[in-house]
Amino acid sequence: MASIAMKKGEGLYESQKLALAYFAVALILFGAQLLFGLLAAYQYIDPNFLFGKLSFMTNRTVHVNAMIVWLLVGLMGGVYWFLPIETGREVVGIRLAKWIWWIIVAGVGVVVLVYLFVQVGPGTATTLWFINEGREYIEAPRWADLAIIAWVAVFLYNVVATTLASRRVTGLLGVLIFDLVALGALYSAGVHYTVNVTMDQYLWWWVVHLWVEATWEVLVGVLMAWSLMYLLGTPRKLVETWLYLEVALVFGTGILGLGHHYFWIGTPEYWIGLGGFFSALEPLPLVAMVVHAVYDAGAHRLHAVNRPAFFWAILQAFGNFIGAGVWGFMQTLPQINLYSHGTQLAAAHGHLAFFGAYVGTVLTLVYIAVQNAAKVVRIPLDTRSWSWSYALFILGIFGLAGSFTISGFVQTMVERAELGSTWAAFIASYTHPWYTNTLVWRFFFGLMIFAAYLILVYDLLSIYAGRALGKEVRRAQ
Amino acid sequence: MDYSWIQIAVAAVFISAVVTLVLSRGYGWLSPTFWRNAAVVSSVVMTGILLWLTFDTQGKIRPGAGRVPAWDVINYEIGLKWDPEKRRQVPVVGEKTGFFGQELSNEAAYKLINRGKMTLQGRNCMECHTILGNGAYYAPDLTRAYQDPWWAERLMPMLGVKTREEAIAKWLQNPPAYPQGKRRMPNLHISEEEARALVAFLKWMSAIDTNGFPPRFGVVKAEQ
Repeated sequence: MASIAMKKGEGLYESQKLALAYFAVALILFGAQLLFGLLAAYQYIDPNFLFGKLSFMTNRTVHVNAMIVWLLVGLMGGVYWFLPIETGREVVGIRLAKWIWWIIVAGVGVVVLVYLFVQVGPGTATTLWFINEGREYIEAPRWADLAIIAWVAVFLYNVVATTLASRRVTGLLGVLIFDLVALGALYSAGVHYTVNVTMDQYLWWWVVHLWVEATWEVLVGVLMAWSLMYLLGTPRKLVETWLYLEVALVFGTGILGLGHHYFWIGTPEYWIGLGGFFSALEPLPLVAMVVHAVYDAGAHRLHAVNRPAFFWAILQAFGNFIGAGVWGFMQTLPQINLYSHGTQLAAAHGHLAFFGAYVGTVLTLVYIAVQNAAKVVRIPLDTRSWSWSYALFILGIFGLAGSFTISGFVQTMVERAELGSTWAAFIASYTHPWYTNTLVWRFFFGLMIFAAYLILVYDLLSIYAGRALGKEVRRAQ
Repeated sequence: MDYSWIQIAVAAVFISAVVTLVLSRGYGWLSPTFWRNAAVVSSVVMTGILLWLTFDTQGKIRPGAGRVPAWDVINYEIGLKWDPEKRRQVPVVGEKTGFFGQELSNEAAYKLINRGKMTLQGRNCMECHTILGNGAYYAPDLTRAYQDPWWAERLMPMLGVKTREEAIAKWLQNPPAYPQGKRRMPNLHISEEEARALVAFLKWMSAIDTNGFPPRFGVVKAEQ
């Protein structure tokens, strides 16, 4: 088994220093996501707030895009953190990786400024190239798409070249490379324009679904495998076997589970059965992860070298299962989806699933990194404040998703089932007291999440500065 | 395609299982090799089936092939009717009335719908509305918006115009001037030409066969 301990003697690898920059930018974007989410949540309560200046559409664009980018950056940061440990050497092409990283950071800044100050453009190709593409989640203008592809290509080069240079393709690296090739190829399916809206959405889902419900899940599997080896010393053979099982189940169910997005967009009827069947099986790998998490937590009596990271890892397993599995299953069968598709219920699922599956993973990685990058390395790591942030995050996200779920039920029943899906029916549902009540709860739980975020940032900074609990381990410089 | 979804689903699972078992002869089901084979085989089999279905779907969603209408459908009246066999609404193409009273060639209709689609993306409509149910849930779904009874009942008298097409085009150019409900649509400075193109796109989209989504469209009048 390769040692999972940090590089000894000379501090961190260059790749790990780059990972720290990735995590810092990820956390800043996380803050932006929450801030714009709060603005959008407040506009649900008072639609006149900032109307015409910073309308809902703009806040929502930044909210969603900041979320995608910070999570992806966090996951990539995790790879840059663990790759030199896995291969026992510095990452090949690290200078190139640093260069393109700062170009990407500048590019993200430009894209956000354009979203905020230009907002929309005329119906021409120039708008799609330079302002935004107007396709939810992948709004980034075409020039930014090309920059993202270049960025992922360098990342892939780093991983493949480092693996080859180490002359040992471990199972984890094999899965990682396989997954990154798919992830990069799928993004390019979203870089196109077509007037046929059915075809447009058909391929749009190749990016959106096959990223978050397939390739991202596997990437998370690899990162959690490394995290568990570090946190608990889990044997490589065990995590690799679980990872293979997970890939078999995630790709085995998720690729055709894509069909649950093809029920109502104009695609043929066979997708109704296929999408319903395979997407109903999609929670299987998530159940497997919960079983593993419960076993690990019990076997180690909740002891690990890094307490906050370990708890976020446990949260990840449960959150992924509940958010993606339970809330997804709740509305994935076509018999209910006909009524619930395109309602607030989808937003409930989205919030809970992204939090559980991806926020949980990235925060696990961030805590592992900050433990080892701190001025004073403490093992096992513990602090007084992490548990406050952790508890508020969990309470906040479940309160938020609960509020969304209730308004989703009202919309499903009142707008769709009862009143016939029209504009008037839509207004009748969102002015229903059962719906309007939830908007205040939603905002309240949003504030709670923001408080959790502030404590998280404080906690990470204080660990970095060396003010944490645990046995001090001096790192030779 | 001559296969039902059940046949495809059973075949996908069966092929994955059998190939995995054959490749893993001699290994127990708890060994890493067994699951590595399962991972590779299921990924390859499912991707292969997805690609095959994509080719089939692509043929069926070509404009004019049946499910997605031809571009010049905007020259006709469009409505929905209940299909008692399928137990859902299906779009129906009615009399030829022209688009804004003018008959367009297929080519001219395509250009207009294309401009409408670009405007839809350029104005980021999906960040409030849903289109075929996908988007941001803050504003009404646009799949059948062209056919919404609201235009005839409220907006045609309010805007002083005689047709649905004129009502949509006029309203889109300055929505906050005629607020509908508590949530207002901002003024996105949509030009008259862009507004007409958007009407073309919305009209064309409202004739797509979406397997009955959104359900029971317009069958009940909301109580105000």
